[in-house]
Amino acid sequence: MYVAVKGGEAAITAAHELLARERRGDPSLPEISADQIREQLALAVNRVMCEGSLYDGDLAAQAIKQARGDLIEAIFLLRAYRATLPRLGYAAPVDTGAMRLRRRISATYKDLPGGQLLGPTFDYTHRLLEPSPPAAAPAAQRRPAVPAGEPAPQVTQLLDREGLIEANAGADGDGVGDLTRTPLAFPAGRDLRLQALARADEGFLLGLAYSTQRGYGRTHPFAAEIRMGEVEVEFVPEELGFAVPLGQITLTECEMVNQFQGSATQPPQFTRGYGLAFGHAERKAMAMALLDRALRSEELGQERTAPAQDAEFVLAHCDNVQATGFVEHLKLPHYVDFQAELALLRQLRAEWLAARGGDRQAAPASASDGAAQ
Amino acid sequence: MTGGISYNFAYLDEQSKRSIRRAILKAVAIPGYQVPFPSREMPMPYGWGTGGVQVTASILGPHDVLKVIDQGADDTTNAVSIRQFFARTAGVRTTTHTGAASIIQTRHRLPEAPLAEGQIVVYQVPIPEPLRFLEPRESETRQMHALEDYGLMHVKLYEDIARHGHIATAYAYPVMVEDRYLMDPSPTPKFDNPKMHMSPALQLFGAGREQRIYALPPYTRVVSLDFDDHPFARTRFEKPCALCGARDSYLDEVIIDDAGGRMFVCSDTDYCEGRRAQAAAAGGAP
Repeated sequence: MYVAVKGGEAAITAAHELLARERRGDPSLPEISADQIREQLALAVNRVMCEGSLYDGDLAAQAIKQARGDLIEAIFLLRAYRATLPRLGYAAPVDTGAMRLRRRISATYKDLPGGQLLGPTFDYTHRLLEPSPPAAAPAAQRRPAVPAGEPAPQVTQLLDREGLIEANAGADGDGVGDLTRTPLAFPAGRDLRLQALARADEGFLLGLAYSTQRGYGRTHPFAAEIRMGEVEVEFVPEELGFAVPLGQITLTECEMVNQFQGSATQPPQFTRGYGLAFGHAERKAMAMALLDRALRSEELGQERTAPAQDAEFVLAHCDNVQATGFVEHLKLPHYVDFQAELALLRQLRAEWLAARGGDRQAAPASASDGAAQ
Repeated sequence: MTGGISYNFAYLDEQSKRSIRRAILKAVAIPGYQVPFPSREMPMPYGWGTGGVQVTASILGPHDVLKVIDQGADDTTNAVSIRQFFARTAGVRTTTHTGAASIIQTRHRLPEAPLAEGQIVVYQVPIPEPLRFLEPRESETRQMHALEDYGLMHVKLYEDIARHGHIATAYAYPVMVEDRYLMDPSPTPKFDNPKMHMSPALQLFGAGREQRIYALPPYTRVVSLDFDDHPFARTRFEKPCALCGARDSYLDEVIIDDAGGRMFVCSDTDYCEGRRAQAAAAGGAP
């Protein structure tokens, strides 16, 4: 005999206990600390900070540990925490041109002012599984970084001087939008598009960016420059009227130079795609730059034919916290809707059989549509 | 996140609550119109009722009595989880009795017991746009609402009739609000649509992921779309509830063995329990 199910509360408590046990894993092994995650799984921490929209390595590491390494879950933890933080103000725009560089490469010039700087990269490693990855050399033996003080202007600035690339659109005076405070509306300006892309799921951006390279909205990109390093964050308190440094953050910036455009009023010029990410996150910054350019196709007078060029499509589906929530909510109960569908389907089948003079009985009709009361 | 972090009453900070209340007021002023609001990331996933939770958090006061149901039932895991969330973050009293609640947050159902003036129903809404599956672009659908251009929906319903003999929508059945806005009643079975019409309770709809709030103020006309020769028909069950004998409630089908045995019981657990208690008190079996 069926008894109306009780025990949701007990089940939830038991599930949480099981989760805690699974999270710990084999108790005979030492427990990892958030500090170890922050230092040794730094790229995971970077991704969580970037898509979680909160620059805090300690919290991101803690979230990764709590999420058992599920980065989207960790991003969600960080976002939910971020949503409760008071907003003190907006930082001054960071100057990535003044970045203290740890990596800087250009695919468009063999050499350039400031030089190419490979920095810490997987690019030329051979992907051979090694039982213990090579240990780091003691600090004393490390090569010095780039000589400080040598200016390393952004490659696009060099092109800009010749007028070969479109001018960077300055702020329009209204400041930049904030999609965490104002719901996104379409058409969305480039500031909001870039904000959405910066928070967007790396995998989703990667796939869409890749699609532009395979002909679904081609942009003919060159990686003019990728740079990674530390920049100063400054804030201008109203009562002081001058900038106060808040600290340093690590950023990865990617500037793509794309196929040129010309018109009756303007000579042909390269166009731009821009990507920026917290921490060392090259794949994300590059994919973002490709998509930024693809999403500008309409303003640049190109026909919108591919998914990557469709701002409503890209922006409405790029957030992994939203996407994972809605995909996974299918596991919540849908009994009553399913019941409504069952009743309808049984009725349709009964009618179908009746219309064909079938003497076969339809499944037990449990419900039917009667006249409205 | 460790030690020392404390959250505001009902979790959200007051500034966020105010911005949500502004959206609610606008929604009440324009029944059926979808008002964009700056949805926050809540500590439960999108799809779990973040819109409803934000609406409830913004209207909840310390003296409110909260009821949370999912699929009509108070004891489904997500209903339990949301009820616990507000019991913990707001310290409000909770109840499973429809009549005792001042705020009822719900997913997919309206209680069977009639609602009263002063009560508020908060619906959790996944896709607030009734035209979404006919036109995926938000920029287009907003314009269609502005122009009251609902031909697309009528064509869809007509095609249903042409193909199946009647309108083949069993839940999330579209309604017209005050002869102006086409509205998605959230994925409630169409059985519940007539209860929304001229309800004395205030009905608020929150869609967190889609960042929309809409509302039906008390005594609002809510009409399910239909045609003169194909009038709206409410789903009726042929058998009564196997537990309480109710003939007027929405039933869940429960499979009881592996030989296709099944029974039908009230989806509204509070209604079912109330009727059984009444029958027991009267000394007769249902």
